[in-house]
Amino acid sequence: MHAQMKHGNGIIFTSFVIAFALTMLPLPEWAEVGRPEWITLVIIYWCLALPERIGVGVAWTAGLMLDVIHGSILGQYALTLALIAYFTLHFYQRIRIYRIWQQALVVLMLVLSEQLMIIWIKGVIDQAPESRLYWLPSLTTALLWPWTYHILRDLRRKFRVH
Amino acid sequence: MTVDHRQRHLEGIRAVISIAIFPLQYMVNLPFVAVDWADEVLTFRSNLIDENRTLRKKQQLLEVKLQKLAFFEQENRRLRSMLQSAKRDWEKVLIAELMAVDFDPFKRLVQLNKGSNEGVFDGHPILDANGIVGQVIHVGPLSSTAMLITDPSHATPVHVNRNGLRAIAMGTGEPNRLEIPHIPNSTDIQVGDLLVTSGLGLRFPLGYPVARISEIKLVPSEAYAQVYAEPTAHLERTQEVLLVWPESSTEGNR
Repeated sequence: MHAQMKHGNGIIFTSFVIAFALTMLPLPEWAEVGRPEWITLVIIYWCLALPERIGVGVAWTAGLMLDVIHGSILGQYALTLALIAYFTLHFYQRIRIYRIWQQALVVLMLVLSEQLMIIWIKGVIDQAPESRLYWLPSLTTALLWPWTYHILRDLRRKFRVH
Repeated sequence: MTVDHRQRHLEGIRAVISIAIFPLQYMVNLPFVAVDWADEVLTFRSNLIDENRTLRKKQQLLEVKLQKLAFFEQENRRLRSMLQSAKRDWEKVLIAELMAVDFDPFKRLVQLNKGSNEGVFDGHPILDANGIVGQVIHVGPLSSTAMLITDPSHATPVHVNRNGLRAIAMGTGEPNRLEIPHIPNSTDIQVGDLLVTSGLGLRFPLGYPVARISEIKLVPSEAYAQVYAEPTAHLERTQEVLLVWPESSTEGNR
């Protein structure tokens, strides 16, 4: 049982590593503004799948790393991702029985609220971006939800992570 | 968050996390390094010979210029000692490579592969062969994050090389555009004027090129002209940058 637990951790860790790598991967200028919030996707998935193992703490840690990666003010992503994880954990039983496109809508709402919080924080320190393209990632993230969901679910079943 | 914004106590934490992230950044960077390497290894011999020839010519030209420079530097030193002015030389340089990792698309940040282990410090000025690139904002032991002069929250103290007019070059967030605010309509400034660092903020060494004025819009009803400039450094294309140190520790002169 213990070994299995460890094994599962490996899969979860790898999924986070890949999400971080995708966050940093250089994209052409036009695609950069629409880069999906990979970390948010992965956190939402694991909070839905394993609510008793992945929660606010993991999200906060991942957020802190994301802050360093983005060079943003420390705590910005930590706070928002922790809140996202909290909301997901609060509603996970309801979200689980939704159909996939309904789940994508929920993801859209969650990422929109994340971006809203971030733009508030940035507004306070006078670094808010003026472009409306700022909101594009919430759309791309929601569109990627079905694929992420299926890939991660298949992986989870294959490696029997419970 | 407030603490991080107002003070600098959390730089330590940031540095520690940056160590954890460095392997990841290294991994993302690796394919790009590999492509560069393959590009270098798989060049034709004739190309190499050509390149070698042009480089040799260029070196000769530069050496001729350098002879003059040595003389000027000596003269400058003599004159300054006569004037008894405090002098800061920025001589020691280190080449750092940019890592191919992306940041927030609305900021202009880059990741360097040198950190405090190599002596990089907070606020370290960065140049390339053509001018000022930016300054270091976060230092980790193995890597550091630098802000380009085009970042919307960056301002560079400059003066116009032609007549010494002081100004500030603000970043706009666009890749090749700086804004020069608060220039009165009647000021003597022209398209094509070179802006060099004035050294006033004590961050950047004096006299390095920053930008060239690219556009001046005079609006008679406004108090100030709208002046834009284009950075001389190749900010979006550069692969390697130079970190510059003061020659001897001149902290006392700051």
